[in-house]
Amino acid sequence: MKTVFERPHALSDVPLHYCPGCTHGIVHRLVAEVIDELGIEGNTVGIAPVGCSVFAYNYFECDMIEAAHGRAPAVATGVKRTHPETVVFTYQGDGDLAAIGTAETVHSATRGENITVIFINNCIYGMTGGQMAPTTLPGQVTTTSPYGRKRSIQGNPIRVCEMLSTLDGVALAQRVSVDSPKNIIAAKKAIKKAFQNQIDGKGFSIVEVLSTCPTNWGMTPTDALQWLRDNMMPYYPLGVYKDAEALKDGE
Amino acid sequence: MSKKVLMKGNEAIAEAAIASGCVHFFGYPITPQTEIAEYMAKRLPKVGGVCLQAESEVAAVNMLMGAVSTGTRAMTSSSSPGISLKSEGISYIAGCDLPCLVVNVQRGGPGLGGIQPSQQDYYQATRGVGHGDLRLIVVAPSSVQEMASLTAEALDLADTYRMPAMLLADGALGQMMEPVAFSAFPKRDLPEKSWATNGHGFKRKKNITNSLYIDPNVLEQTIIDRYAKYAEIEKNEVKYEEYMTDDADIVIVAFGITARICKSAVAEARRAGIKAGLLRPITLWPFPKAAISEVADHAKVLLSVEMSMGQMVDDVRLAVNGKRPVHFFGRTGGVIPSVEEVTAQIKALAENL
Repeated sequence: MKTVFERPHALSDVPLHYCPGCTHGIVHRLVAEVIDELGIEGNTVGIAPVGCSVFAYNYFECDMIEAAHGRAPAVATGVKRTHPETVVFTYQGDGDLAAIGTAETVHSATRGENITVIFINNCIYGMTGGQMAPTTLPGQVTTTSPYGRKRSIQGNPIRVCEMLSTLDGVALAQRVSVDSPKNIIAAKKAIKKAFQNQIDGKGFSIVEVLSTCPTNWGMTPTDALQWLRDNMMPYYPLGVYKDAEALKDGE
Repeated sequence: MSKKVLMKGNEAIAEAAIASGCVHFFGYPITPQTEIAEYMAKRLPKVGGVCLQAESEVAAVNMLMGAVSTGTRAMTSSSSPGISLKSEGISYIAGCDLPCLVVNVQRGGPGLGGIQPSQQDYYQATRGVGHGDLRLIVVAPSSVQEMASLTAEALDLADTYRMPAMLLADGALGQMMEPVAFSAFPKRDLPEKSWATNGHGFKRKKNITNSLYIDPNVLEQTIIDRYAKYAEIEKNEVKYEEYMTDDADIVIVAFGITARICKSAVAEARRAGIKAGLLRPITLWPFPKAAISEVADHAKVLLSVEMSMGQMVDDVRLAVNGKRPVHFFGRTGGVIPSVEEVTAQIKALAENL
């Protein structure tokens, strides 16, 4: 009998703690498949964030580091600068990457750190129970924007790929989604490119993955996917915002 | 290189680190320690190392965490306000059982404070750097030569015990120039870094660098284990210098630059016929408790002299444990006590013996 589908080697054989319908599991699998396909598990170091994916260090079979909240790109920089031969990726949520860790994100990007960043955007703080995120949409109700996010009070959301695409150190800034099989296939392609870029020494690569949080959004998993399509995609359009090589010395 | 060269204290730290195989540096400019980063920026590219100026002290200490997670020797340096910012990262590094060197060339505080030398971060270094039950090994140089030799020693101590070490200096030591030799730092046999997260290469199980333990019983055990290690350090690594304490009635306890001033004051007092002495802690943690307790058996009174409103004096009192009176004299906010001021303190105590 021929095996046509199995757990990627780089994905640990343990139960994940994520809520039913959460898309973290899909993205974990895509990252692990890419690590397998590129044959890099042995020299890959992953950096886990603080947030829902805090336990990611238990879910990938490569060496893993658990960073402080928002600091994953700085930790990744330290690994990569001392061991340029390793493949270093961070896996971060919207609060981690786009609020508390904004400086680390922007500066590792503009330095052109040769690392790969997987950015899960689900418009909410999941681990702490549904608070407003930097990416929470205008009007969106969370426990800390109970009357809906108002631009005049809580301010505007942040579009990370658009912002980072202006920086010379960025090789890839691409927004994808995992709401449908077609988009999952496209997401995997982008993640693979973000790792390949690093292997090729092209510079900072970030893949922003639009994701769902059925638990804290208060929806069924299928309703959550539809909410993502109806509300997140118009505000955070899918696409490639930058695809180049980071500028090198003398350029 | 056994000949002596004239160098600033800050530069001596940098050169000693390089000589000890620490060729990765992550920092952020702040007075009065910026020469360390400048020296590293010049030298490290030539010895196959990396000097990276981070976007903040917070980023610098987390870059350091990433670097030392891979088993690489690395360091950061800053001055007081910057160390406050690095405290989060130092707590994580301690919680992950990672070795590293953090240099604090102290300036006056609180807040932005000033840029003149101080010893106001004693509590922070020995008690409260970052959250949680944790200790740092803290060494306190009092000369440019010791800025170098204690840098080498702190790197070895960090590796030996797999924990962060801090070199606690001050702006005076950082800025002043003295002859320094970089030869013959004693070397320790250091343990293998089998825990490093640098890629398993399919040759071992994966390593995880982590300080998160959701089960309180597991977390408690990691802390108890770490404190067993701390107890070993308290037993084995205490360092101090005694100067004329044998027959002393009045013993000054002082560290760093203040100890040099106090040494002159002790000599001055001796010339005036007062039996004064000096005990200089070289390790602030572990603190020379036993040595101070022993001195208190024959001295009549102790005096802690610091560039603060009195921080180490708490540890002196704990060590003396009520056997003798312990007095305090200090200048703070960046003011350095003079030999005359300290001598006057000794004379005032002598009159009341």
